[in-house]
Amino acid sequence: MSQQKKIYGVMAEFEEAGELLVAAHKAREAGFTRLDAYSPLPIEGLSEAVGFESTRLPLIVLIGGIVGAIGGFALQYYIHVIEYPQNIGGRPFNSWPSFVPITFETTVLCAALAAVLGMLALNGLPSPYHPVFNAPRFKLASRHRFFLCIKARDPKFDLEETKEFLLGLEPHEVCEIED
Amino acid sequence: MVTEPLRTLLEIEPEAPIIGPGHDYASVTDKVSAIVLTNKTPKGWFVGLAIAFALVMTLMAAVGYLFITGIGIWGNQIPVAWAFDITNFVWWIGIGHAGTLISAILLLLRQKWRQSINRFAEAMTLFAVACAGIFPLIHVGRPWLAYWLFPIPNTMGVWPQFRSPLMWDVFAVSTYATVSLLFWFVGLIPDLATLRDRAKNRAAQIIYGMLAMGWRGSAVHWHRYETASLLLAGLATPLVVSVHTVVSFDFAVSIIPGWHTTIFPPYFVAGAIYSGFAMVMTLGIPVRRFYHLEDFITMRHLENMAKVLLATGLIVAYGYGMEIFSAFYTGEKFETYMVMNRLHGPYAPAYWALILCNIIIPQFLWIKRLRTNIPVLFVISLIINVGMWLERFVIIVTSLHRDFMPSSWGMFRPTQWDFATYFGTIGLFLMLFFLFIRFLPLISIFEMRQLVASENERAVRSH
Repeated sequence: MSQQKKIYGVMAEFEEAGELLVAAHKAREAGFTRLDAYSPLPIEGLSEAVGFESTRLPLIVLIGGIVGAIGGFALQYYIHVIEYPQNIGGRPFNSWPSFVPITFETTVLCAALAAVLGMLALNGLPSPYHPVFNAPRFKLASRHRFFLCIKARDPKFDLEETKEFLLGLEPHEVCEIED
Repeated sequence: MVTEPLRTLLEIEPEAPIIGPGHDYASVTDKVSAIVLTNKTPKGWFVGLAIAFALVMTLMAAVGYLFITGIGIWGNQIPVAWAFDITNFVWWIGIGHAGTLISAILLLLRQKWRQSINRFAEAMTLFAVACAGIFPLIHVGRPWLAYWLFPIPNTMGVWPQFRSPLMWDVFAVSTYATVSLLFWFVGLIPDLATLRDRAKNRAAQIIYGMLAMGWRGSAVHWHRYETASLLLAGLATPLVVSVHTVVSFDFAVSIIPGWHTTIFPPYFVAGAIYSGFAMVMTLGIPVRRFYHLEDFITMRHLENMAKVLLATGLIVAYGYGMEIFSAFYTGEKFETYMVMNRLHGPYAPAYWALILCNIIIPQFLWIKRLRTNIPVLFVISLIINVGMWLERFVIIVTSLHRDFMPSSWGMFRPTQWDFATYFGTIGLFLMLFFLFIRFLPLISIFEMRQLVASENERAVRSH
């Protein structure tokens, strides 16, 4: 059992971004649901074509920003009103206008950290290993070629039939990927 | 007589290409990644790095001696407690601003031409901020206590004073450095993956592979990636404006004549963009030539940058004018004396040199023939760099050296250590830049592919 080759999916290679987009749409129309496309540049509409609806990233960034704003102001309020109150030029302890610049900076800092860390976390990066790199020509996905992968997890997946289907999309090449 | 290259330029108006002809995804990838991976490192690179490294050693010596001896090795003396240190700090921070402007604000404005210059402009931002950060740290006198600037709970029960613009500065600059680094690194991820895939050398594969974090160009990843980039651009845009605003508060919130003015925030931000674009040009023109990147950094890029210089230069000129106007408008003798002292006092040569460098000479950029002449652009960009340094010097030193009481007036004269520290940071900046162009793609490869795609689309549409 353990010696048996486990398949991650079947991958087709295309020469043009447009071909990949069409292929992804056809695969979805044919009923495949577990697929992904790989390209050397972002392609408009491709994520929708492989069935990705929308990302929660903006919400994460918003939460990061709110946490940064509250945290930044709370830090200054705590220090100047509760922990270490000092009379500076007769200003009230909670002299909030002079707390605005730092509150702004911590808002941006936390929102930016949320954007980057959130993007990486949702994408599952860093990922030291991924089966798609087993595809012999996959190195070209970061240069000039476009790939469509139908995963073995797909309920409609059948090794031979899926291969046939992908060949029908007139790709440059089709290959199996080991897990 | 109209020369041939000029005629070609005139003919390609109104929309000059932002990428040379005949490029496809593979050729842009190969050309940019080859600089890092396969091309023989040019001899000039070693020479440049050696000079920069020698300057870094000078910086080390100057800072080492400063730590042993103290601030007395500089020319700073009451009343001029801020001199080269803060001049250099403001100059470097300002230079950094162009990188963020190009990558964030021009991204939001959908200016496609930024795509081939944003990577090295962002790198420039990081290195400039690194140089800037050195100065506040070493000028505090006891730099080993610099951590007191951060709100760290301590046994003394003492906390920083957040009502002070100097604390705002700490937060603004450290946030700016962090966000610039994040923005730059996020931009690099797909290109690091390209380098990983194209490297032949095992060590390079491993190092770039680790840095690329397993990027595979998945459509879903790209979707989140683009969302993150856009949000970061949206965050970096107000941030970059806030940073130089806060830097200007260091001055404007005080009551010193010549500092206490409301025009400072916008005038400082415009000045920052002005000096930053000048530095992008100073770096971009030689890089373009030595690495044969004329197809990617085209004449249109240089011309657009020249126009930005012209526009921001005029805003800065307006700032200078308003400074003088509002000083006289107050009718207050300390303010008017400050202006007269700038124009006629002991530092008047610095003032008139800055007017020459920042206002008069850049007006040549109105002439298209000069604006498209590369040596002229290079020289003007250097002059603006000098002019912007002089501007900060004049603002800081002339305002401080004669304030209210003639009995407390004084003069600032720089020492050799002032110069050694300043030129040392230029060496640090250049060394980091040389290392960057050798080990990382100095043009964003995936964004060049996007440019190829949009140029192809445009070609299809126009046929």
